Amino acid sequence: MDASTWVAKRQPPTLLGRLFDYKPFLVFICLTPAIGLLLAFLTYPLGLGIYLAFTDTEIGGNGSWVGLENFESLLDDRIFLQAVWWTFVYTAIATVGKFALGLWLALLLNQHIPFKSVLRAIILLPYIVPTVLSAIAFWWIYDPQFSIISYVLVDQLHWLDHYIDFLGTPWAARWSLIAANIWRGIPFVAITLLAGLQTISPSLYEAAMLDGATPWQRFRHVTAPLLMPILAIVMTFSVLFTFTDFQLVYSITRGGPINATHLMATLAFQRGIPGAQLGEGAAIAVAMIPFLILATLFSYFALGRRKWQQGSDND
Amino acid sequence: MTDATPVDDTPVVEAEGPQLLSWDSRTRRVVTVYVPLVCFLIILLFPFYWMGVTTFKPNSELINYKDNNPFWINSPTLSNIKKLLFETDYAHWLVTTMGVAIGSTILSLLSSVLAAYAIQRLRFRGSDYVGLAIYAAYLVPPSILFIPLAQVVYQLGLFDTPFALILTYPTFLVPFCTWLLIGYFKSIPYELEECALIDGASRLQILRRITLPLAVPGLISAGIFAFTLSWNEFIYALAFISSSEKKTVPVAILTELVQGDVYHWGSLMAGALLGSLPVAIFYMFFVEYYVSSLTGAVKE
Repeated sequence: MDASTWVAKRQPPTLLGRLFDYKPFLVFICLTPAIGLLLAFLTYPLGLGIYLAFTDTEIGGNGSWVGLENFESLLDDRIFLQAVWWTFVYTAIATVGKFALGLWLALLLNQHIPFKSVLRAIILLPYIVPTVLSAIAFWWIYDPQFSIISYVLVDQLHWLDHYIDFLGTPWAARWSLIAANIWRGIPFVAITLLAGLQTISPSLYEAAMLDGATPWQRFRHVTAPLLMPILAIVMTFSVLFTFTDFQLVYSITRGGPINATHLMATLAFQRGIPGAQLGEGAAIAVAMIPFLILATLFSYFALGRRKWQQGSDND
Repeated sequence: MTDATPVDDTPVVEAEGPQLLSWDSRTRRVVTVYVPLVCFLIILLFPFYWMGVTTFKPNSELINYKDNNPFWINSPTLSNIKKLLFETDYAHWLVTTMGVAIGSTILSLLSSVLAAYAIQRLRFRGSDYVGLAIYAAYLVPPSILFIPLAQVVYQLGLFDTPFALILTYPTFLVPFCTWLLIGYFKSIPYELEECALIDGASRLQILRRITLPLAVPGLISAGIFAFTLSWNEFIYALAFISSSEKKTVPVAILTELVQGDVYHWGSLMAGALLGSLPVAIFYMFFVEYYVSSLTGAVKE
């Protein structure tokens, strides 16, 4: 290790070159674009949104501070309360459906089957295609007069004697939206859970089988606990994005019939942009934040638990 | 597939994974695995099939289920696509969407690469927290941001311009891409950079000559994901763009093609099909990257 006698034959770096090799400066330069974009278009709007919720701002005008007035009027607003209730119901039912079916599909794909990678690619298709465009396909499938589902049920199978008015009555519309949301969500859940399933070592199943475990016991005591960490994360994301869903409802029903299917996000849009009441719209959006924080904390603790389980350091 | 697959099912002894140890009979396997799988496939793909079938049907066939089998096209026609391309601004919308998606992808990729490099490789004090903060930004959904963002965009004078979208899309692209790239950089041995440092390379040279070439698969993953997400974005495009010719495909189909009470289902479906094709084709080329980035992001 006689480094002292060896002289580096590189040209002396220019001032600019030295500046770019100075670590704090480099860190600053590297972080500026990302942090700048996020501060300007995420953090600042988030704060502005919370501020707007306490004002009576309209589009193109400066509002004044009105305190809790927006929230007070929302609490008396039957449409808002219905939207809150429906947002929770929609999230709950759609999440249960997505995870039950998604887990089932993941378990099926984890079997030894031919053309596995092709199947996996095809299954992810509903997730890749723009939501609005597949929502329009659902809109056409749910058409009151020419619905293909009604056609099959009535004219082919003769199980019903009249065409279903999928989007005409509140409950039919709600179930139709949930079905579309589950359809859209299954691929994501299935593919991510499949990745989780593939990390479970086959030797664990081997050991369980030697101990005489039934398929159900193997699922209950081997698959479920090992899948739980990734399930928790996927579920947090899924709940978060279902709760704040906008596209599907806006494109299929636009909140109708008679405001029955307004989610908080679509109601916020309705009041804020076409209705020009930015303050009120912001108040509705801000009302979603407590729930989002809860979901994030859940994610954080799920992540923490996972690290503890695997005994890895905080890397 | 139901009938053919059991035949080429390999003997249980050779099977890998959990299946290795269960001695299921073939019939039972067909009922418990292949039948549900085929049902899933049919349900997941039916809307696309229906989209395609509707696109190529003439209008008379579209609303007459009595004389035609609705699941098939009796007299295929291109009139819906022709109408879409030549009587609406569809081509224009496609170009706008493509421009916005490419612009925001490049912008997010550039800032994500630099940020991920700083966080993962330069390792300054508190870099973990910066990484966590960027990750947390991913948890802020667009639906609570669009109202104040509309105000911001308006004040910046960007309302109704493509730049409103190119600058706001990175809010959800940068967190995702940064997180993906941090994971990717982590997998590149640090020793390579140390060697380069000893050889007298500057930090920027290392990034350009060593780290980036090795991170190309990660860059592709992040890029295609960013592109797809921006192509699919809806709520910002709906809120920040008002003039018809500047709209993106998803917004334009919903707001410009749906007029009055009579829906032209043929051209609507043609629009949906053509709008899905670019991402679907893109997807076909890069399936593995999609799957790895999707699952990698969750496993991180």
